[in-house]
Amino acid sequence: MEGAVDAQSLISMSLMKIHSSRTQRGGIKLHKNLLVSFVLRNARQVYLKERYAQIYRMQQYQEVLTVCDEIQELDPLDPLDPDLEEPGQDAALPGCGKDPDPPDPPDYPSCCLEAPLSHCTRTTVLDLDTHVVTTVENGFLHQDCCCAAPQCAPDPNPEPPDPNPDPAPRKRKGGFRSSEEEEEEVSDFTGSRKRLKREDGPEPNPEQLDSSNISNLISIFGSGFSGLLSRQADLEQICSKQALASLGAWTRAIVAF
Amino acid sequence: MKCFSRYLPYIFRPPSTILSSTCHTEADIISTVEFNSTGELLATGDKGGRVVVFQREQESKTQPHRRGEYNVYSTFQSHEPEFDYLKSLEIEEKINKIKWLPQQNAAYFLLSTNDKTVKLWKISERDKRPEGYNLKDEDGRIRDPSTITSLRVPVLQPMDLMVEATARRVFSNAHTYHINSISVNSDLQTYISTDDLRVNLWNLEITDRSFNIVDIKPANMEELTEVITSAEFHPQHCHTFAYSSSKGSIRLCDMRQAALCDRHSKYFEEPEDPSTRSFFSEIISSISDVKFSHNGRYLMTRDYLTVKVWDLQMENKPLETYQVHDYLRGKLCSLYENDCIFDKFECVWNGSDSVIMTGSYNNFFRMFDRNTKRDVTLEASRENSKPRAILKPRKVCVGGKRRKDEISVDSLDFSKKILHTTWHPQENIIAVAATNNLYIFQDKVN
Repeated sequence: MEGAVDAQSLISMSLMKIHSSRTQRGGIKLHKNLLVSFVLRNARQVYLKERYAQIYRMQQYQEVLTVCDEIQELDPLDPLDPDLEEPGQDAALPGCGKDPDPPDPPDYPSCCLEAPLSHCTRTTVLDLDTHVVTTVENGFLHQDCCCAAPQCAPDPNPEPPDPNPDPAPRKRKGGFRSSEEEEEEVSDFTGSRKRLKREDGPEPNPEQLDSSNISNLISIFGSGFSGLLSRQADLEQICSKQALASLGAWTRAIVAF
Repeated sequence: MKCFSRYLPYIFRPPSTILSSTCHTEADIISTVEFNSTGELLATGDKGGRVVVFQREQESKTQPHRRGEYNVYSTFQSHEPEFDYLKSLEIEEKINKIKWLPQQNAAYFLLSTNDKTVKLWKISERDKRPEGYNLKDEDGRIRDPSTITSLRVPVLQPMDLMVEATARRVFSNAHTYHINSISVNSDLQTYISTDDLRVNLWNLEITDRSFNIVDIKPANMEELTEVITSAEFHPQHCHTFAYSSSKGSIRLCDMRQAALCDRHSKYFEEPEDPSTRSFFSEIISSISDVKFSHNGRYLMTRDYLTVKVWDLQMENKPLETYQVHDYLRGKLCSLYENDCIFDKFECVWNGSDSVIMTGSYNNFFRMFDRNTKRDVTLEASRENSKPRAILKPRKVCVGGKRRKDEISVDSLDFSKKILHTTWHPQENIIAVAATNNLYIFQDKVN
């Protein structure tokens, strides 16, 4: 498969397609959106693989740095006075130059394995046959969970508490759904939008990713999109059920429109 | 394949088309073409909901070179745009499919469908009209009975031939999702209409009731992974039909087994080759068309890059696979970007099931001879199609040096696509729809 850069543009393209399919004549085409969701899933898999590889490399780099530090501390030529140890001395050791503020990829793999599955989000779906609108509390948001968990890096944008906690599915008449749903989803998923923006922050080419468009679309499709990334092998224990559910939630969200 | 390189091309355009084909209106784009069972009539449907029917001229001894040209026979508006107020959705008037009923009397019948509604149209001729009424005069005004002094018998007088189309049945409100195909049963009493998740069986006489015979909608839509893309009745066995899926599989169902045919009697699928896996594997394996052979022994399927012929007795792999335009495999990303990867190409058999045909881009269409294993690429274009001209085979250059007549992959025009083609049931006459133009090619006879 192609590399992570292509995966990003595919994700962006796919979300735009799904978004524009909502307004095209004739209504949403189930077949086309299903195919687009497959591309989205595939691209997300590759994207994550690349990110995990990057994180793994970063972690290994950190370990090397730690070893370098230890070696440096044990250097017999240095005075044993800890006051003389300066950060600048690190630069003397090539290859161990420490970037004081390394780019901050969200270290969600490790913390996802530890974090409890606490956070819930909603999907609003319309069954086209029965015309019933259902608001369901879904499984968990992969990255939401990570960023909300205390084990993770401190959260500069603290997640606002869920303004409308409502564990029971609500049913509404289909006729008035469009405007009400939009408002509800925007308020519910503001938090996820912020989190996604932070994750996309370190990307070298933000224009390419078009993160604001993606964030807006994420806010519409909610947990279904994030759940798509839960296919990695090392996350399967936690995410296997949600993997299927999330792809389906994606499709349901598509059907809803 | 000598016979396929000699053609008498005729170009037909719908009446409202602007002269230049590059600035046509969206409504004129042809969305389906279909010969009737004798080949005497050819129907086209377009995005504007219109149906145009062509009729073949009788061969005349005085003009032998005009051997069976097709002329416009009838034009009518089949479907109008509608609005579903409950779901706030516009329903397109585009004609998705037309299927003819075999002729049983003087009139012709066809089924035409858009995304939601199937209609049965009767096309009949009127060449006489009654004249000489007593109670009304020639203009139709009622006469005062007190002024009538004598009676006469009205007589039928010849008139200019008028072809009128009337909607005899409207089959509506049976599909939640978009109808992609219709197929008339060999019993000539029933037909099926198919959308993304369901197949419904209708009686041609009954419009307020249909039977759902296939339903692949999962109880939980989260588990949806495939949709139905096309369905067709077996040409001889009235209890058998096949439907194709977006996952590249075909299921054969027997209606005698159960009322709900969710359990297939045969399942055709070729395992995916893992070495060709890409982001777009699911898209290019989705089947866009399925057609039984005329003899009922084979099935043909079209996916994005190939056409496959399946033997009904062998489910684990196709009998034959033909590459339509494999040079596009390396361009799937840009084809995804411009949405071309979602194009649904159709495929057709010739009357003897020895040749199969399907369309491609740049107004190319391809024919594969199953016996000689030879294939040809032809182009439907105005420049190459003077009357009685012979179509020249075209070739796409995949890399390296491009020869003089070849066209390189990057020069292909992806806005010019041939999605719909049809083959005369007995003769070598083909109709090819290229955007808003219809090309009819005939085999030259010496």
